[in-house]
Amino acid sequence: MDIFLQQIVNGLVLGSIYALVALGYTMVYGILGLINFAHGDIVMVAALVALTVVQLLSGSGLPPAVVIAAAMGAAMLVCIVIGVTVERVAYRPLRRAPRLAPLITAIGVSILIQYSAALVWGKQYISLPELLQPTSIAFGGAQFTDLQVYIFLLAAAVMAGLLWFIKSSRIGRAMRATEQNPDIAGLMGVDTNRIIAFTFVLGSAIGAIAGVMVVLYYGLGHYFMGFMLGLKAFTAAVLGGIGNVAGAMLGGLLLGVIESLAAGYIGDLSGGVLGSNYRDIFAFLVLIFVLVLRPSGLMGQRISDRA
Amino acid sequence: MLEVEALEVGYGGIRAVKGIGLTVRDGELVTLIGANGAGKTTTLKALSGLLRPSAGRVRYNDRDITGLPAHELVKSGIALVPEGRGVFARLTIEENLAMGAYIRRDPDVAADYNRAYTLFPRLAERRKQLAGTLSGGEQQMLAIARALMSRPKLLLLDEPSMGLAPLMVQKIFETIKAVAAEGVTLLLVEQNAKLALELCSRGYVMESGMIVLADDADSLLRNPQVRHAYLGE
Ligand SMILES: Nc1ncnc2c1ncn2[C@@H]1O[C@H](COP(=O)(O)OP(=O)(O)OP(=O)(O)O)[C@@H](O)[C@H]1O
Ligand SMILES: [Mg+2]
Repeated sequence: MDIFLQQIVNGLVLGSIYALVALGYTMVYGILGLINFAHGDIVMVAALVALTVVQLLSGSGLPPAVVIAAAMGAAMLVCIVIGVTVERVAYRPLRRAPRLAPLITAIGVSILIQYSAALVWGKQYISLPELLQPTSIAFGGAQFTDLQVYIFLLAAAVMAGLLWFIKSSRIGRAMRATEQNPDIAGLMGVDTNRIIAFTFVLGSAIGAIAGVMVVLYYGLGHYFMGFMLGLKAFTAAVLGGIGNVAGAMLGGLLLGVIESLAAGYIGDLSGGVLGSNYRDIFAFLVLIFVLVLRPSGLMGQRISDRA
Repeated sequence: MLEVEALEVGYGGIRAVKGIGLTVRDGELVTLIGANGAGKTTTLKALSGLLRPSAGRVRYNDRDITGLPAHELVKSGIALVPEGRGVFARLTIEENLAMGAYIRRDPDVAADYNRAYTLFPRLAERRKQLAGTLSGGEQQMLAIARALMSRPKLLLLDEPSMGLAPLMVQKIFETIKAVAAEGVTLLLVEQNAKLALELCSRGYVMESGMIVLADDADSLLRNPQVRHAYLGE
């Protein structure tokens, strides 16, 4: 088996999930200049909601595709409600406050969501009931499953759809205008509060899709899983250039590939001292390198806002 | 069309506009002149909904619009061309115009793009270019064209001549005249008092947050005080 090719494939699949989560960070940062630390936890809620739906429907005889669609729909709905509520209750009142205030609030919201989830679902790991038997496909020395293919294709479709939406739709244009200058956007007739709320809707819905993918991919969920996933996705957003939507996609894929390759070779490189369970350090090495060497990320703003 | 009474606007504790009154009648061209820091921009920001007045009343077409947000006022026909143009630098020219037409759903929008491009052929050549790459004068053209895309009944202009070469100033003023000829009512804030008073029929003079003179433009042009303070004589 070709480790290199194998890890690239695994990395792209993992990276496409990171990319979806990273979009939520980057869109909110773009429009509010706020790092929504609670976003990873919203993704966690999606995962746990999906697990619950699958548990409820398993044994109902419904085809897996229907069960997954139901899980995805429920997860998106719950996450949209949470995302919009958090924006309305926790962030909007602080819109004009010094930057530190919403940041601390975001951390508080993150903890609130985690422990609310712990109350609802408990603190133990929850596993996915038998639902899919992924068939494995061999390709040029690498092995992958049809599930991986579906995850990657769905993620790619969501990203392409989002890029199109932001570039070409009336609301997408209003989002970009609000991001550049909310006052002037208001003069054009844009209700910027609604555009900001809508940004949370989009970010939460896309994050929910990613949360369901994680559950299907790893078969596990846990009230604290949003922390690490969120940090990695945030790293991906910074790597791509926070605030830049295409950058978050690129950063996510890149981070997934870096992490997988590193995990594949870490045993050899360290002479067997470190195992692939140390893979998480690579995301943070990337974060530190980017922040030190190129804080604006790979696709950071090139044209200034000043006009 | 527009009646302002005892309007007060401030930033935090500082009062920048201290109880002014002014009226603009349907189809009129009115100018508001005054030195730096007099409160002209603050006045226009309050009239367009960017700032909430702390006291006073604004009536527009016999409706009380005091304190309404900008995105609602533009729907009732008030558009502001802000000081410093405020074009969306990272949107193309075409997208900037589309933002100007954001509130519109009628099929005439397409024709209005053409009208904008006819008014400013320079914008037509550059329609796919990012607005941030335009020159100052071109950005001013874009800001005016964008405001017109909402089909305003009352157009508020904040120092459209600022920072522009004389030839460009002339061109901008010709355009403003053409817009007014189409029946758009104008309230023009200008540092260039001479040009503004020559274009408009009435004028208000503002000093430290208050209106100190209000008269026909011709009389203001002949007023020794105005000539001394604002026309450099
Ligand atoms: N954002 C702000 N915060 C605090 N004070 C402000 C702010 N903007 C303006 N001011 C103050 O309000 C007063 C009026 O300012 P304003 O911009 O309305 O003047 P102006 O007549 O438009 O001047 P100019 O001709 O220089 O544009 C000034 O004293 C100014 O310092
Ligand atoms: Mg001003």
